[in-house]
Amino acid sequence: MNQPKTLDDNAAMVTETLKAETRKFNFFYGDNQALKNVDLPVAERRVTALIGPSGCGKSTLLRSFNRMHDLYPGNRYEGEIRLYPDDVNLVSPEVDPIEIRMRISMVFQKPNPFPKTIFENVAYGLMVRGEKRRSVLEEKVEEALRGAALWEEVKDRLDDLAFNLSGGQQQRLCIARALASDPEIILFDEPTSALDPIATASIEELIAEIKEKVTILIVTHNMQQAARISDYTAFMYLGELVEFGRTDELFVRPRKKQTEDYITGRFG
Amino acid sequence: MTTTDTGGSGSLSSPYLDRIRTMRHVRNGKERIIEAILFVAAFCAVAVTVAIVAILLYEASTFFEHVSLVEFLTGTEWTPLFERARYGMLPLLVGTVVTSAIAFLVAGPLGFLIAMYLSEFAPPKLAEVLKPFLELLAGVPTIVYGYFALLFVTPLLQKLIPGLPGFNMLSAGLVMGLMIVPYVASIAEDAMRAVPMALREGSYAMGATRFQTAMWVVLPASFSGVMAAFVLGISRAVGETMIVAIAAGQQPNFTFDPREPAATITAYIVQVAMGDLPHGSIGYQSIFAVGLVLVVITLFFNLIGQMLRRRIREVY
Amino acid sequence: MAETQGPRLRTIIARNHRWDLIIGTIGLLATTVGVLVLMLLFVDLVIDGWQRLTPDFFLNFPSRRPEEAGILSAWVGSALVMVVTAFTAVPLGVAAAIYLEEYAPKNWITELIEINVTNLAAVPSIIYGLLALGLFVYILGLGHSILTAGLTLGLMILPIVIVATREALRAIPVAIREAAYALGATRWQVVSDHLVPYASGGIYTGVIIGLSRAIGETAPVITIGALTFIAFLPPIPFTGDPPAGPFDWLFSPFTVLPIQMFNWLSRPQTAFHVNAAATGIVIIVATLLMNGIAIWLRSRIRSKLKW
Repeated sequence: MNQPKTLDDNAAMVTETLKAETRKFNFFYGDNQALKNVDLPVAERRVTALIGPSGCGKSTLLRSFNRMHDLYPGNRYEGEIRLYPDDVNLVSPEVDPIEIRMRISMVFQKPNPFPKTIFENVAYGLMVRGEKRRSVLEEKVEEALRGAALWEEVKDRLDDLAFNLSGGQQQRLCIARALASDPEIILFDEPTSALDPIATASIEELIAEIKEKVTILIVTHNMQQAARISDYTAFMYLGELVEFGRTDELFVRPRKKQTEDYITGRFG
Repeated sequence: MTTTDTGGSGSLSSPYLDRIRTMRHVRNGKERIIEAILFVAAFCAVAVTVAIVAILLYEASTFFEHVSLVEFLTGTEWTPLFERARYGMLPLLVGTVVTSAIAFLVAGPLGFLIAMYLSEFAPPKLAEVLKPFLELLAGVPTIVYGYFALLFVTPLLQKLIPGLPGFNMLSAGLVMGLMIVPYVASIAEDAMRAVPMALREGSYAMGATRFQTAMWVVLPASFSGVMAAFVLGISRAVGETMIVAIAAGQQPNFTFDPREPAATITAYIVQVAMGDLPHGSIGYQSIFAVGLVLVVITLFFNLIGQMLRRRIREVY
Repeated sequence: MAETQGPRLRTIIARNHRWDLIIGTIGLLATTVGVLVLMLLFVDLVIDGWQRLTPDFFLNFPSRRPEEAGILSAWVGSALVMVVTAFTAVPLGVAAAIYLEEYAPKNWITELIEINVTNLAAVPSIIYGLLALGLFVYILGLGHSILTAGLTLGLMILPIVIVATREALRAIPVAIREAAYALGATRWQVVSDHLVPYASGGIYTGVIIGLSRAIGETAPVITIGALTFIAFLPPIPFTGDPPAGPFDWLFSPFTVLPIQMFNWLSRPQTAFHVNAAATGIVIIVATLLMNGIAIWLRSRIRSKLKW
């Protein structure tokens, strides 16, 4: 096995293991370049937040990590996103997007439970892998629902349709769905933008718990949220990565003028 | 802006304003008349339905003065034009059911597969090329399909099934199925397309393939719409006339064997209309009686189909 | 974690991919069946009927001798019936659509109309024939005439015109309506000056598709008693002496292309089947042409008009 890649943060005197990193990463929607030469390290079992004004490319970058762009024609990746410890370039055409998505899960902006029962929703990722043993499914579903702090609320109605849950519960269900298949990274695309403050708080708490086990990459337009939950923050603007650093550093002592303008609310 | 009657500088001049005011009643009157005319046009849809039901009931009621409802619904002999007339419509009903069932066995699976392919598998560019072809296929007049059934499919089938008569329900049903395929496919595809992309993304993000996403997420989400496509397709088959009149024969025949010739409800109406039956005769009224049965059956299927379609629209 | 799952995961993924490929291929085949049937149908007709498509075929009346028979009375009849159909369906359909889309309040009458329109679209065409036979032919005494046929087919395609017009109206953004209202336009002015002109492309498309259905429709025209053997032409429209003269063509007996085809197809002699095939080519070309124009028109509108 390769030597683990590391991210050395001299200022904070810590060494993190790298889970993934983008290298000179470009992305195109047709002729439209949405990401320009992005170099972003993602530390293992840490929360990395992507912030920036809308249209800056943060969601585009996030969706590149599990190849969601492959679903639509005319999209093109350039450069690399390396996943460790395998050290593969996950946007390379030779790499199977299906495998990548099994290993890197995603939670979307609006809760999108399938029109199925709560149980089937959570078990979906395992069913996709051909897991049919009821006992395994039950065990994993319970574990994932506990992990998403939803078990107590739904354990008596696992066969109810997921649509009947409240918005916050639906989003936690989607998190359980992502957790159930033991992903290495979970991508969160503004997971609380459709939720009320109480539901938002519970999701944020959950993220803090999950990161013990899983690497997290989160897009948020809410700077307080980024400051609250993330270890590292990347500020993006017009498709470029302007600044990356430890969250406490970046919010207190931004090195770039644009970052400062954004976090002090002068634009965006 | 000031709009006083004195007409201050920079505002509407007084005579102009006066005209607008006096015109107001004329304008409102005209608007109301136009709205009334438009309403009458829209209400025509209701009037046509009422007229259909009224005419069928009116003519059929005279028919049922001569024929008992029990014989009509349970009799197995339909010979209204014979000397010894019998009025049991089961043979027509069975002919309709058999041909429609064959048609559905073709159109259901094919239509579903096409819808799934176009909505979930096909590259958008290819789908754009294929869909107009299907629309054209749906636009081909049924008389041409009738020709196809009688002079192309039947001879072909006769090579496979020795002794198959020139008129048979199998050929008519098969071609009718092909005719309905685009209709079923387009309704089912609409339903699948209505499934929000967010659901598909949720599935793909778990590493599901297109087939897994189609079967486990898109199909359950669009289930009622796909059912609607099937039901409306059956309704089309039940009401289809020319293909069966040409290729299945026009003689009532009480049989479930698709290799046999038989008349459907619609084929019987055509047969009578082609002849020279006097207005008001019982043979003339009989086509309204069987027409009423046809309306009831298709209406039943259509209402179910529309209910199912509406349900999927409400969800998304 | 990834390592332990690696090889097993890959086999599962490979299996999933295989299924995906199989189903995708079946789907593609099913879709091409549609295309193939269309080709087969057309080729079959052309092979059977091509030799009969001479100028004489279009200029001769039907005849007992198959090689002398033609479709003159049939195509003239079809054309005249289409005129009546268009004059029935277009004003009625467009007006109904405007009412439903722009005027109708949300109440049970509107709901009733809506349900009726969707239902009428699915009523079997032969039922329209029965309606016409009872109502137009006998109660209103219009006889087995061009007028009866045109009205019948007009009612039949009414839902198509209504639905197409409504969709075209719905595609116009609210902002356009508000802009016109803000200048003091009345509701009717908004409709007639803005909405109908902007929606005209979509309305034409719907009308053409409706007419293409009507021109190939056989069952209702048979039911109202169109004659199958017509060896004369209706009076030339608008030439006779008023008051009745200009419109006497409306009350003329007639035949139409699909009925002529059906008639020839019902004969036992194969020589007449050739005529039927030739008539079929004429019908299919006419309908495909109309459908093609409609599809082309629609794609042009879609690419041109981006609200």
